[in-house]
Amino acid sequence: MTSIVLDDARSASSLSGLSAGASASQTMRAVLRYAIRDMLRNRWMLAYGVGIAGIVEVLFRTTGSGSRALIGILNLVLIIIPLVSVVFGVMYWHSTREFNELLLAQPVKRRALWSGLYLGLIVPLAIAYVAGITAPLLLHRAIDAQSLPILVAMLLAGVALTAIFGGLAMLIGTCVDDRLKGIGLSFAVWIAMTALYDGVVLLVSTSFSDYSLERTMLAFTIANPVDLARTTIVLRTDTSALMGYTGAVIEKFLGTGVGSLAAVAGLGLWIVVPAWLALRAFERRDF
Amino acid sequence: MTTPHSEVLLAARGIDKQYGPRKILHDVNLNITRRSVTAIVGPNGAGKSTLNRILLGLVRADRGSLEFDGLDVGNDVSYRARIGYMPQAARFPENLTVRDVFALLDELRASSVAVDTSLAVDFDLDQQLHRLVRELSGGQRQRLNAALAFRYRPDLLLLDEPTAGLDPIASRILKRAIANARDNGRAVIVTSHVLAELEEIADRVMFLLEGRVQYSGTMTALLANTASFTLEEAVAKVMTNVGANPFGESVSENLAEVAV
Repeated sequence: MTSIVLDDARSASSLSGLSAGASASQTMRAVLRYAIRDMLRNRWMLAYGVGIAGIVEVLFRTTGSGSRALIGILNLVLIIIPLVSVVFGVMYWHSTREFNELLLAQPVKRRALWSGLYLGLIVPLAIAYVAGITAPLLLHRAIDAQSLPILVAMLLAGVALTAIFGGLAMLIGTCVDDRLKGIGLSFAVWIAMTALYDGVVLLVSTSFSDYSLERTMLAFTIANPVDLARTTIVLRTDTSALMGYTGAVIEKFLGTGVGSLAAVAGLGLWIVVPAWLALRAFERRDF
Repeated sequence: MTTPHSEVLLAARGIDKQYGPRKILHDVNLNITRRSVTAIVGPNGAGKSTLNRILLGLVRADRGSLEFDGLDVGNDVSYRARIGYMPQAARFPENLTVRDVFALLDELRASSVAVDTSLAVDFDLDQQLHRLVRELSGGQRQRLNAALAFRYRPDLLLLDEPTAGLDPIASRILKRAIANARDNGRAVIVTSHVLAELEEIADRVMFLLEGRVQYSGTMTALLANTASFTLEEAVAKVMTNVGANPFGESVSENLAEVAV
């Protein structure tokens, strides 16, 4: 008796007798297009974009400078993006779960379907974030030579964080069937990476203050995407001088070509690994 | 009693499925023939949903094989192009319109065959195309669910609690569509807890209990073998007499039909 391996790798011979369904790229594009359409009509998504725009607008009016407004919103963005991406992602996954099962019952490859669902989650979130940050600055014509590098760094880091935490959301959603447990786990991941991690780093730095910890701190910075994003952005501002000796070492490293590559590789790894694990789980699991 | 090969559209052989220590399906065999409506019945936890999902490829069997139209399914997913699936829960993305839902499935199917919109028209969904899913009632969503299953003129319809949430008129329309599908040579698999309804639409029955096939054959034979007037009565007798051979001499014949 042969075992069934329904892993969606379509063989050359079609059992359909008709057309064998959409190709992988057609599947991905179709799912992505309708997922974006669904998400852009989502009220929470609208609130997310408008909320960010509102904060940037207020900060701009308060400080009178595009670069200062961006620096002012930096920490808020580094907290909000992971929170919204991972928690909203898990909630969205569970709300569309039955529909995804219907999609899986069509003649489509799981990998293509997953790609469409993943991009369908992170693209609208990224659009809302980019629009929320840039729209007020564009309206006030506040993008100049000083604010442009910070804006670009914030947009790239923000989009990377959206992809990272969106991937984690897909992983949690796929692996944890219970909706409430999934949401709880997503909050735990968010707290661990935005707050607890910094606490551990602080504990290490104070406990071993007699030792030279610059390299360790550098490793800690690269190991956490939120810290890496924060450092990458801060280094584009004049406030990086406030980071002290350790900051200077980090700046010295990340300011080099190798350092920049390490930063991109660090963020890239954080995008790829959770997404790959989520895809693997999606391809293997029973629905 | 074996069924002629050409008449068998879907065949499952020796399907086993286990979740942790719990065995859900034990050596399940089934033949789904064209021009038939097969009711899969059994109490909660009997393995009906798991079996349906294995037939669709949503769940992987630990052991066994699946053939569609005489060909081993193996790694191929294209056989799903010939299956119309109606899941029990009619949940669609809230912010898509009815038109969007149809269009998305049309794109994924990329079907060369003209879609069948007759059930959508009968359900008045052609008048609701512009409406967002979140604006639809539960019954309207279930109509959309049914219309999608029939839309691609599938050879096999797999319907999970199809009339749940439908009003009597819509329910009658759907039952008529199921009968028409059978008369046009298609195969239909229906799971439902409403046994009276299954009695009305099904001509074959597969009864699952604790993951094992207790009976598979015609409705008429089941009623005759259990000396019952209704499917509900027959199922109750089978459930209370498991191990006591409720079919008497006919058990081996019925099980032989199952385990082709």
